[in-house]
Parts: sequence; C-alpha cells; structure tokens
Amino acid sequence: MSSNSEVITINLDTPLYKGSISLNTGLFINGEFVRPQESQDAGKIDIINPSTSKPITSVHLGSSLDVDIAVDAARKAFKSTWGLHVPGSVRGQKLQRLAELIEENLEEIAALEALNCVASLILGKPFAQAKQELNMACITTLKYYAGWADKIHGKTIETNETKMAYTRREPYGVVGAIIPWNNPLAGLAWKVGPAVAAGNTIVLKPSEFTPLSALRVASLINEAGFPPGVINIVNGYGPTVGASLASHPLIAKIAFTGSTITGRKIQEAAAKSNLKVVTLELGGKSPNIIFDDADLEQAIKWAGIGIFANMGQACCAGSRIFVQEGIYDAFIQGFTAVAQHLQANTGDSFSSPNTLHGPQASEAQYKRILSYISSGISEGAHVQTGGEKHSDGEGYFIKPTIFTNVTPSMKIAQEEIFGPVAAVIKFKTEEEVIEMANNTTYGLACAVFTENISRGIRVAHAIEAGTAWINTYNTIENGVPFGGYKQSGIGRELGEYALEK
Amino acid sequence: MSEVFKLELNTPAYKGTVSFPTGLFIGGKFVEPIEKGKIEVVNPSNGKVITSVSAGTGKDVDIAVEAARKAYKTSWGLKVQGSVRGQMLLKLASLIEQNIDEFAALESLNVGKPFSVSKNGDVTNTVACLRYYGGWADKIQGKTIEFAYTRHEPYGVVGQIIPWNFPLSMISWKIGPALATGNCIILKPSEITPLTALKLASLVSEAGFPPGVVNIVNGYGNTVGQSIAEHPQISKVAFTGSTLTGRKIQEASAKSNLKVVTLELGGKSPHIIFDDADLEQAVKWAIRGIFSNGGQVCSAGSRIYVQEGIYDKFLEAFTEGAKHISKNTGDPFGEGVVHGPQVSSMQFDRIMTYIDSAKTDGATIHHGGERHGTEGYFVKPTIFTECKPGMKIVQEEIFGPCAAVIKFKTEEEVIEMANDTTYGLAAGVFTENAARGIRMVHALEAGSTFINCYNMLDKAVPFGGYKQSGIGRELGEYAIDMYTQVKAVHVNIGLRL
Repeated sequence: MSSNSEVITINLDTPLYKGSISLNTGLFINGEFVRPQESQDAGKIDIINPSTSKPITSVHLGSSLDVDIAVDAARKAFKSTWGLHVPGSVRGQKLQRLAELIEENLEEIAALEALNCVASLILGKPFAQAKQELNMACITTLKYYAGWADKIHGKTIETNETKMAYTRREPYGVVGAIIPWNNPLAGLAWKVGPAVAAGNTIVLKPSEFTPLSALRVASLINEAGFPPGVINIVNGYGPTVGASLASHPLIAKIAFTGSTITGRKIQEAAAKSNLKVVTLELGGKSPNIIFDDADLEQAIKWAGIGIFANMGQACCAGSRIFVQEGIYDAFIQGFTAVAQHLQANTGDSFSSPNTLHGPQASEAQYKRILSYISSGISEGAHVQTGGEKHSDGEGYFIKPTIFTNVTPSMKIAQEEIFGPVAAVIKFKTEEEVIEMANNTTYGLACAVFTENISRGIRVAHAIEAGTAWINTYNTIENGVPFGGYKQSGIGRELGEYALEK
Repeated sequence: MSEVFKLELNTPAYKGTVSFPTGLFIGGKFVEPIEKGKIEVVNPSNGKVITSVSAGTGKDVDIAVEAARKAYKTSWGLKVQGSVRGQMLLKLASLIEQNIDEFAALESLNVGKPFSVSKNGDVTNTVACLRYYGGWADKIQGKTIEFAYTRHEPYGVVGQIIPWNFPLSMISWKIGPALATGNCIILKPSEITPLTALKLASLVSEAGFPPGVVNIVNGYGNTVGQSIAEHPQISKVAFTGSTLTGRKIQEASAKSNLKVVTLELGGKSPHIIFDDADLEQAVKWAIRGIFSNGGQVCSAGSRIYVQEGIYDKFLEAFTEGAKHISKNTGDPFGEGVVHGPQVSSMQFDRIMTYIDSAKTDGATIHHGGERHGTEGYFVKPTIFTECKPGMKIVQEEIFGPCAAVIKFKTEEEVIEMANDTTYGLAAGVFTENAARGIRMVHALEAGSTFINCYNMLDKAVPFGGYKQSGIGRELGEYAIDMYTQVKAVHVNIGLRL
C-alpha cells in the first residue's frame, strides 16, 4: 500500500474567494493518506461543480478491501490508544483542537464546500451562506461534543443492603458512518463529534458527490492530536464502501443519513450480518402549518427558509405548507414575492455576495426535481411561480417553485422532492390540518405558526414528528436532539441524546 | 490604574520574572481600594515580605456588586449563550496554561509548595478544571414534566471566598461552575495568598469576559468577607475555609437576605488500613494523605487507623517515609524538595501548640514534632502514636503535617471510632477484600470516600462534606446544581375555568 497519494491544487479567482487550495484526494486511513488497494481499485470519480456542470477535480474511490484495512486500524486504535484507555477530557481536547483548526482554515474549507456543494465549496451554496452555515453547523457542533467527552455518566442504583449496582456507559468500539451530500461538513461533525467523544473509533464514508471538505478536514486530524486509526475517511460508492460498512462483522454500530430507500438497505445488511446497532436519519415531507392568527410577515419569511434554504435539499424541509383559509390569499401573495426574489438572485456561489439561490447538487437531482414538477402539473396542481429550470445556461439551477391547488394524494404532496418546490394546501380547522399533516409515512419535522400559545403547543404535541418548531423553522441547536418518527428515522442526533447512541 | 509588581527569580526550578498587578479587579479594571488599605504578602520559606497588595473593604464590595449586577442584566447571564460563556472559560484556561511556569512560581513563592507540585498539581489542575466547566456551559438542562418544565437559572451575583491552601486551584473550583452557569462573581482570595488570584485577574479581560462579570476583591475576612456574607444583593455565597468561619457566614446570611450558602470546611478524616491491605501501597497513600501540602488539606487523612496484625510493619514503613520527607525539606524552588514551609507564622504557631498538647495529653511523638531549620515556617513530618480518642490531636483539625496513628482490632470498632467526630469530609479504606472495602465506605459518614487510594480527586467527581465538614458539593455536575436555581413553568394548553 503506497502512502504517496495525490495532492491536487484547486485555484479560485472569483469576486468572493481568491486562492489556491491544496487537497489530498486519497483515502485517509490509520493517520495517513493512501491510495486504494490496487486489486479492487475502483478508479476515481469526477467531482462536479454544480454551478457550471464541469469537473473540479477527481478523487480516489475506495473498495471493501480499503474498508477492511480501515476497520482493522480502527480496532487497533480502540484497543490501545483510544476508547476508555484515554480519559474523556483528553478526547474532548482533541475534538476541540480539530474544531479550532477548521476555524483557522475557515475561508478555505468554506470555499471548498461552496464549490462542491453550496454550503461547502462543493455543493454550490452561496458563499456567504456557506461560511456561516459551516461555522454554525460544524465547528460549534464539534466544540459542543468536545465538552461532553468527560461527562459521560452512568448511575448507581440502590438495590438492597448486600449488593451495590451501577451502570457504565461504554463505547461500542468501531462505528461506521455514512453521510449525505446536502450538508457535508455538518454531516461529518454530527457523526464524528458524539462518536469520538464517547470513545469510539470511526470509519466514515462521505458522499461520493461531495468529498472535498471531508478530505480537507482529514488533513487536520493528525494535527488535532488524534492517534492513527481513530478517525478514518474512506471515500467511495454506496454499493461498495457503504454496503461494506453496513455488513462488516467488526463494526459494532452504523449511523446513516440519507434516503429512506438506502436506510432500509442498511438495516437489512445489519440484520443479515452481525446485528449491528443501526441509527438512521432519513427523509421527510414535513408539514409547515400556518394559522389565521399567525404573524403573517414572519410566517412568510420562515416558510421561505423552510422550503428554499439549501435549494430545498434538507431532510427536514417544510415542503407541505398548510395555510388556514382566512390568511390564505395574503400568504400566497407574500410567499410568491419571496420565491421571486430568490429567482432574481440566482447564480454561482462565488459570483456575488447577493446570490441567494444556487444550483441543485447534481444532474441526477436536477432531473428528478424537474420530473416531480412535471408530475405536479400533469396531476392538476397550479404553478403559482417557478416550475421550470432557471435558464438554458450551465449548471443545475431550478427556479424556486410554488404549487397551489394541491390535493393530498398528488405525488408532489406525498413524496420527498428534495428541491425548491413548495406544495401549498388550504385548510379550515385545527383537527383537519392535524389529520392531513400526519397523513404521511414520514415524521421528521413540523412547524406551527400561531400567536396563541396553547394552540401552538397543542398542535406541536399532536403532530407525529421528531422535531416540532413553533413560530420558527429549521432552527437547529447543538444541544437539542434531532431525528425522525415513523419512516423518517431511528435514533436521535445532537444534544446529549446522540451520546446515548 | 494600579501598580504591577515585578520580581526576578533565579532558582534551580525557575529563572525569570514573575509579575502581578496589586490592585482590586473590579468592573474589568484594576483599581485602588476606596480606603487605600494594603496587606503585606509574606514568603513563608523565609518569613520575609514579598510586597504589599491592595486590601479592600465593604465599600469596594459594594462597588463590585454594582458592577456585577449591571453586567448580569446586560452582558452576561442568559443573555449570553452557554457556548459563548464556555469558550471564554476555555480561553482563560489556555491563557493560564501559556503562563504555567510563572503561575507555578507565584504559587510556590506565596504558599511554599515545591515548584513541581505547583506546576504539575495546582496549576495543571486549575487549567483542567476550567476546561471541564467550559464544556458544561451549554449543557445546563432542566426537564419537561407533562406539561410543565423546569429551568435552571443562574442566581445573578454570587460571592465566593477561598482559602490559602490551594489558592489558584480553589479559584477554578469556584469560578468554573459559577461562570459556566451564567452568574457574575465577587471573589475574595485569602489575604495571605493573593498572588495567583491577581495574576489570573490580569487575564480575565483577555479571555473575553465582559467587565463586571468577574471581580476579584482582596481583603480581610472580617471586612471584605463579612461584607460579602451579609450583602443584600448577593444571592448566594460559597465559602471554603475553617468551620469556625463557616458558621459566621451562615449566620450572616440568616441575618441579612437568607442568601444560599454552600460551605466546604474542615475535616479530621480517617484513613483505615486492614491487615489484608497491600502494605507497601497503603503506606505510600498514607504518606500522601497527611504529608502532602504540609498537611494543609481539608481532606487530609489525619487519623490513621491500622489493624493490629499489620500495625508494627506499617509504622516502621510509614516512619521511613516520613524520614525521607524530612531529608527532602527545604526551599520550594530547590532541587528535589518535596516538603516546604507551612503557609504562615500563625499556622506554624498553631501546629506547634497542637504538638505540645500531644505531649501534655500523653501521646508519644514517634517522629518529628519540632521545627525544621531556623528560617521560615517549616515543621518536620510528625507521627503521634499511643493516641486516645479524647485527645486534642485526635479530635481537632491540626492542618499540619501531623499524623495520629491508632491501632484497632475489628471492622465494627474502627467504623465507630472513625465516625466519632463532628467532621465528615473524607475517608479512606485499604483492603484487598472488595466487599469489605465497599461495605466500609458505605458505613463511613463522609462525603468523599476512597478505596485503596486517597485524595485522588477528579474534576468530574463531586467533593464535599457530611456533618460539620460542609454543605453542598463542588466539582462534577453537582457543582452546576449549586449555582443554579430551579424555576418551574406551568403552561396551560387547554384548561378553561
């Protein structure tokens, strides 16, 4: 195995970022960058800039052999230089240092996330948004978990005079993590933070579409002080690297964020291999419910954030917007203006600080969303605004879209689109909207807009979802757990709850 | 504006300058006290004055409380996110760490601890404790209880009075949880040992704390301390020191605004060694338990109970250990020194009085029992044998390097003897029999118990006393509870009258 892997340079010369960024495109295993095992070399994958549809660079793809090597390194580390061999405060210090190093290199990492995916260089997120989101999501999450590392408590439990009992919270050992492409850095922090704070070692697969920021973070892991093998980053495809993690006999637990379809495969693989513990954070079709007595101006703004943030590529997007009839017309008017404002400020992340709306992540996503839009139209919904691609030019840009006259059985009301497409539905009563909102296999999030505190809490309690927002949307906190009811997931991330997993 | 004192040191352990501001730290700046008082700070290794520093009075406490209240209403409390408060504590920890040698030198100069102990013990533990509480700041959680919820809110302005035996480390135990939970502080260091507090104060603004959040007011107990204890606008006071003063604090609270009082007081902790103990280890821990820090530890293992089967061997090895310490007694900055002076002439005199009482009461001075050298406040490691329960040296806290060794026969007997005290701070048990070890510590009336070790404290594990050794707990998550008050919120979501 050669440890001489390729370092590439990405040069950017844009209004919002100028500089050269060095990146090692190998696999990060046992504390060094390596090329994949030759015998199963899957080659490389082109990483596309979704603003231009052109490749930025290419990175190495691992295989199940590389996963085996990583797991072996992780096991060795767990038995010797990590796990409970290292006091919690020391584990925490290293996480803190990693967060600080990311912060020190914020400009560069933000540029990579935004280039590859808007929020981060990679997925075409508006650059300013990318930096801000990156800071909030990734750095503060790592710091939050750094502080938990030496506070993992069991209990003592009184039984009777002749016996004492107490519980211990022990790490699993080697855990696998598979993260998605919509918020790559946040995805990494949400998995690595609690796993490593609790004393596990980890083998993480980034999305093969958006590995750039993970690779840059990998180059900081040794400097942060983690012994080799504690954090391993293995790029690759789902059916190879992902499947290998899910069925690996020496991985004690796997955490996956992504589509419900893939989540099922992971759970199946666990059932068929070593019954590893599985936590899943899947899709959603979250209801955003706006009552007559809502603060209308605020509700409109939050509704915009709920469905158009990150171009709708959020698992908890408020994609079904239920508006009570008394306020319906005024809402539509204001909400349409929001969508149109975004349409007017659409572009490449780096071109202008005013860019608010970027491209979808990939060609596949782009096509998928357009196909849902077609189905909405053909099933009889009305396009209030948008409903088409942004232009004939480069990139995967779709106009922020609002459908009205939506009926619950339409595909656009039932299935997760993962794009900037809002389905707006009118309702009369509280009982009616609760029933409509719960009529879904999903249960990730929901929101209620009302100035009546009793109603807000009542409705939040009645909706079958893992996160309920009252008079806000998509405000996620490091200390508050996040996860789904029903087919939106199993287990919780963030907060103290993530440590229990 | 106030002066900064500088001193050049040229010693085996430390060569360089040490410096610290000498004023009161109030509202984010160093200021002169209203009544311009001063206190001399003495080097206990030679009895000479190092310098004078400002001494405040109740008037300065009033100004500090005003600054703290303003800060609490505007730039601290729950107005500042926990994660932000936490990062400031981390920054303060890093700043101390960057100056670790200078802090250690100041502590050794002022208190008499051997330099390596100051550095690898006191200052290192201070940094770790501040980091630990930095991590708690954004994890202060209440509960939801269908359908109501609790909130754990800070008190507002809290007063903290700390002792002279671990000056810097005690600051971290106090300010860590207090600041993490969002309180503003008025802290009085011991007037005997203010140097590291002053040095720390010089880093507070750089760490990012808004003015008024951390105030450090040096002064005497009966002026500054009393003022804090009876101040109507201080909601809670935390005190570490003697039981005698602890009573005064609680009385002052009762007579003023019924502020919440937590106390960490003295002890006369039993250190119990059974026949089946690992003897070599038991001896080492016993040595540490009573001779560390010159015996100036609230949880010192000052009554050593040894089962008769192992008594003679123990005493012999224990005496060897004491001799080794005697041989390595000297200037804290010297090479290989493990035992320094007691902190002050007053403490020295007090210990010598107890030694005299031992002679009068008929105990045997098996080793030590006298001054070491002619300069400074050095007392030889001292072992009393033939002790009887009623003797002063068995009942009262000496706070010096004096061990009372007592023979015992049975488990029941030693439990009774060990518990026969108004104190209840710590207890240690040495035995290779796991069931006995656990049974023993469960039977001992003490807040911190140790099995086959002693005084192995950890910032994550609570520390505090039973009985007259104290009220409340420090360290761990438990300290967080000490600095928050619980508010229950009931929300009506459908009940109509």
